[in-house]
Amino acid sequence: MADEYKPPALPAPFNNTNPAPELLTQGAEGHLYKTFSLDPSIPAALKVRPSKPYRHPILDRRLTRQRIIQEARCLTKLIREGVSVPAVLALDWEGQGGDEAGWGGAWLMMEWIDGPVVRVVLEQWEAWMKKNASSLDAAQLEQENARVKALLRRIGKTIGGLHKAGVVHGDLTTSNIMLRLPTEDTEAETTPTGVSTQGEVVLIDFGLASQSAQDEDRAVDLYVLERAIGSTHPRSEPFMEELVHGYRESHRGATTTLKRLEDVRMRGRKRSMLG
Amino acid sequence: MIAIGMEGSANKIGIGIMSHPKDGSPPQVLANIRHTYVSPPGEGFLPKDVARHHRTWVVNLVKGALKEARVSVEEVDCICFTQGPGMGAPLQAVAIAARMLSLLWGKALIGVNHCVGHIEMGRLITGATNPVVLYVSGGNTQVIAYSSQRYRIFGETLDIAVGNCLDRFARTLHISNDPFPGYNIEQLAKQGRQLVDLPYVVKGMDVSFSGILAAIDSLAATLGLGGEERAREDAEKASNVEQQTSQNQGSDSDSGSDNKPTRADLCFSLQETVYAMLVEITELLIVGGVGSNERLQEMMGIMARDRGGSVYATDERFCIDNGIMIAQAGMLAYQSGFRTALKDSSCTQRFRTDEVHVKWRED
Repeated sequence: MADEYKPPALPAPFNNTNPAPELLTQGAEGHLYKTFSLDPSIPAALKVRPSKPYRHPILDRRLTRQRIIQEARCLTKLIREGVSVPAVLALDWEGQGGDEAGWGGAWLMMEWIDGPVVRVVLEQWEAWMKKNASSLDAAQLEQENARVKALLRRIGKTIGGLHKAGVVHGDLTTSNIMLRLPTEDTEAETTPTGVSTQGEVVLIDFGLASQSAQDEDRAVDLYVLERAIGSTHPRSEPFMEELVHGYRESHRGATTTLKRLEDVRMRGRKRSMLG
Repeated sequence: MIAIGMEGSANKIGIGIMSHPKDGSPPQVLANIRHTYVSPPGEGFLPKDVARHHRTWVVNLVKGALKEARVSVEEVDCICFTQGPGMGAPLQAVAIAARMLSLLWGKALIGVNHCVGHIEMGRLITGATNPVVLYVSGGNTQVIAYSSQRYRIFGETLDIAVGNCLDRFARTLHISNDPFPGYNIEQLAKQGRQLVDLPYVVKGMDVSFSGILAAIDSLAATLGLGGEERAREDAEKASNVEQQTSQNQGSDSDSGSDNKPTRADLCFSLQETVYAMLVEITELLIVGGVGSNERLQEMMGIMARDRGGSVYATDERFCIDNGIMIAQAGMLAYQSGFRTALKDSSCTQRFRTDEVHVKWRED
């Protein structure tokens, strides 16, 4: 029964562009394409939320519409506040691009961010360290760890900026954090691992984001990321401290959020409740 | 090798006997019997009543199962029982019986995690080797996948279980608890036409149902749809169903969505909403009591087809709590050398799926 997967047809006008959009990933919620905006020389990311045939059509439209608008609102607000996230270029929440005026799914076009996601950076770094850590002397080892620590600190700072702007991400994982490749005139760092941690930290995928200034929501954001790093990047986990540090310095409300984070950790529903 | 499984974590007591032939041929179900405590409409089941029910039935059911399986006590290798999670008093009632049998007959005692029991039974029945599991029932809502000798929980409910949400709404509407409330909601939902706006709460891989229950309960109260009166009217109407459906179809064509929602509409909307949430956080295999709902299985099928996967669902005999699943999971643990010492055989209401070391599966 495992038929080859075919993504659903693209809504207009993307079914008729040249070059055609290139499918990058399909998440649970939507499909991400690389396309262009206005001119083929300006790359853009296109997120399509196709309709879900298993859902009741009314419920489906309501959810899709709500979510794409929510995502766009958060992004525009963050851009205004100077947080590094992809800018919104265009969107269609009514799904007018369907065939014969049918519901075609909603879409959101965003600025293209050129660079790797942090998950890949950390994975490469950890793989290299696992293989070669023994060949490094103490100073080099220290230097390598320091680079990752600095990266985590920058991430913490960026998340702090996000929260300060009154938005919570809702799904912070290292797959949703990117490093924008530095422009050519900055000097590339030379490291034994060959894994660069340079670049501006950019947060992406605001599909589950919402506008909230509550410590609880902010703390849960951090807790989700903490758990994600713990399960996917065991070697970097001890450096979580740095991320918290970067976050603490980012804005004034951070201290109360971090206090709340301790409560969230304590009641953490994944905690064993024996006895 | 033969195992007796004893399950009584909620309102059902089930005794199952399972045989794992020594020659390695597929395990066989020798007996699978069950008795359910049904509470009156508008009420849930109370732990003390359920425990009394289990105490009353346990001896009869064990005797009955042995007779049905044509197995003598000497042939039995181990006694498996549900150690948790579940309601305290019913769990204790069955655990005491299991300890007693183990001591009386001199058989090994194996404590089994209820959720792991469902998963292992699902794997056996469907033949799915490494499924992603949506385990939904009156007390549990979890999305589980296996990884290095643990069943890990990837998503779950942040408050009440989906089955609990349905059960409690059934109480609001005074829908019968026989055979189980979810079934009766499903039947009523089939007549529903209008989708009512309800909260839709998915957070990452987690879901929450308590707000939905509060919303639909208050909606039912505002519309005056709750309580015994309306339940009786419904029953009367059901006696001339044909007339009603023709009326429904008649009014359907010329009416918009401005009509006042009916009891059926509420059930329909509740189902559509909570099941869409579940499908959203999952892929594949459904085990547990709510898993026998047809609409949920249908939604799962559509989702899986779009993703090139397939859905396995277990039927009622193995979906609803039973003794066989405890025997199956217990037998696997027994064969891997696991034993529960008498002093460790106390049961617990809180026993997480990922606490069990799954020694019988290789990485």
